[in-house]
Amino acid sequence: MIVTQPVLEVRDLCVDYLTDRGPVRAVDRVSLEVCKGEFLGIVGESGCGKSTLLYAIARLLTPPAQVASGDVRFEGSDIVSMTDSALRHLRWKRYSVVMQSAMNALNPVMSVGEQLRDAFLAHESLSGLQIATRSAELMRLVGIDPVHLGSYPHQLSGGMRQRAMIAMALAFTPELVIMDEPTSALDVVAQRSLMLKIKQLQREFGFATIFVTHDMSLVSHFSDRLAVMYAGQIVEVGETRQMFADPKHPYTVGLMRSFPSITGALQPLSGIPGSPPDLAHPPAGCRFHPRCPQVMARCKIEEPAFYEREGDLVRCFLFDVGS
Amino acid sequence: MSVAELPARPRGAELLRTVGLTKHFRLGGFLSRRFLHGVDDVNLTVHEDEIVALVGESGSGKSTIARLIAMVYQPTRGEILHRGRSLSTLRSRGDVLEYRGKVPMVFQDPYGSLSPVYRVSHGIMRALRLHRRDLSRRGREEEAERLLEAVGLVPARDFLAKFPYQLSGGQRQRIGFAQALACRPELILADEPVSMLDVSVRIGVLNLMASLRRRERISFLYITHDIASARYVADRLVVMYAGQVSESGPVEDVLAHPKHPYTQLLLSAVPDPRAPVSVPATAAVQEPPRVIDPGEGCRFRARCPFAIEECSRVTPRLRVLRPEHEAACHVATSDLSPAAHTDKDASVR
Repeated sequence: MIVTQPVLEVRDLCVDYLTDRGPVRAVDRVSLEVCKGEFLGIVGESGCGKSTLLYAIARLLTPPAQVASGDVRFEGSDIVSMTDSALRHLRWKRYSVVMQSAMNALNPVMSVGEQLRDAFLAHESLSGLQIATRSAELMRLVGIDPVHLGSYPHQLSGGMRQRAMIAMALAFTPELVIMDEPTSALDVVAQRSLMLKIKQLQREFGFATIFVTHDMSLVSHFSDRLAVMYAGQIVEVGETRQMFADPKHPYTVGLMRSFPSITGALQPLSGIPGSPPDLAHPPAGCRFHPRCPQVMARCKIEEPAFYEREGDLVRCFLFDVGS
Repeated sequence: MSVAELPARPRGAELLRTVGLTKHFRLGGFLSRRFLHGVDDVNLTVHEDEIVALVGESGSGKSTIARLIAMVYQPTRGEILHRGRSLSTLRSRGDVLEYRGKVPMVFQDPYGSLSPVYRVSHGIMRALRLHRRDLSRRGREEEAERLLEAVGLVPARDFLAKFPYQLSGGQRQRIGFAQALACRPELILADEPVSMLDVSVRIGVLNLMASLRRRERISFLYITHDIASARYVADRLVVMYAGQVSESGPVEDVLAHPKHPYTQLLLSAVPDPRAPVSVPATAAVQEPPRVIDPGEGCRFRARCPFAIEECSRVTPRLRVLRPEHEAACHVATSDLSPAAHTDKDASVR
């Protein structure tokens, strides 16, 4: 891959939810980079902070959530401290977001075409004819017949709704598309076809993608790099295929052993014992230590830093060569 | 291994059978003549000590079948036989209660299926009071603790006193299973019991199902859209498409030799990180139909790469194409050669 300037840089980002019982840190010191045209998968269980991280990157956080520290640089400018009017020029035009539930993200009383027109008019001054041609183009691009521009969201199937969402996200050929589990409500066949579509569009237009999912196997064939999150922190980042071939963090290893396969011999699987911690009271030391099969005395006291192993970054003492 | 040599699995007695089970839903007002065919002519059998997986896309009718079996819906046509007795002959409240106790349901959403205002003990004690009249108060308490231990929630006494909000998704789903167990069931209808759970705890619930079958000898109708998890726990796989059974057979045989083009499509769509990387250039855009007043013909034909003229005229019936393995497709070929039959007959003699 050609090394280029990162489109997005996240440095030590912390996000807190302010509750009556004090702040709860949902995203804890997360750093990551996304290069031009790169597909980054973020994998984690529910409550690990992956959606909160996305919202922070897109600056869509609403109270009680707020960025406590750290910065998010998109094409060099700081998203966190940017004024609303400056943000308006970036959002949707330079980066866009595809939400998990299209049914909640699309307006139920407006046709898809009207919603697209709204978006066009909010960001550019176009004539009615231009809007009509571009809308039809977009629909064809994602594989929907342009007649559906006149359809309301409830008239479309789940897969088509998600495609319509993607069409809207691509309205201004952005540099970065942020996707929050866009396939989670779909069936396997529709899911597969949507993933292929996303990949095909990505190749065609060269936008970078951050793709959040709880299903590690889903991104195995699509992402260039993978970040695994646990309890608000990234625990392992690396090249996707390498991580699948040789997972390093015990949590990643556990996740890999959590889904059965349809090929090969049938093996008994164990999953990961226990459940993710309450982020209001995260465990001391390594956050995974209460569930870790390879826990050491040190894990309960000290918090591990990132250690590098074969190009991957792993937050685990097992890879601390100094010790 | 040739087809004839596949080992025959010993099978328990028949527990539940559906005969031509059909459910149509009227669309629009009650004078409307349009019907959505939720389930059409389904013959399904569950034996004792067996886990049958019902697999299909959403809208394929798999949950409707579960609700028909649970007597939530009345069938439009066809019947359901429980140990040979038709459910339509259950008249008294006592009969229905007894049947529902023997065939309870576990729901998909563990966050919605437990009442937030009651402690865990409430649902279990209620089921015990209704279905286990023989137990004393003391006996019910002991049984509730035993049930929680059976689903892996220990210490049981502590869990009984908790409220649902104090439990994780996986723990809530285990409570769902404990409530079903309280009725001393023969068959549990598990409708997508793991799809809302975190990946790392799903396997635990699947393992629980396998162990309940082993230790308590309970059968399951496991409804899922995830073929890999079906393979992990089930003995037999029934694939549904647009309200009809398109293929059924022993899990491993269906996965190794999928006969119906839909099953083949489904298998090719499962994300499998262990498979080699291959990303085809195009993404076909096709979705399952909503079956409103369908005519004759195969319902999959519009998406089928092998469709022939006959497919639009004649609805394919299920045909046995391999031992215990049938598919409803005009094009699929049989692996049961006449020679294999004679060999088998010879060995029997």
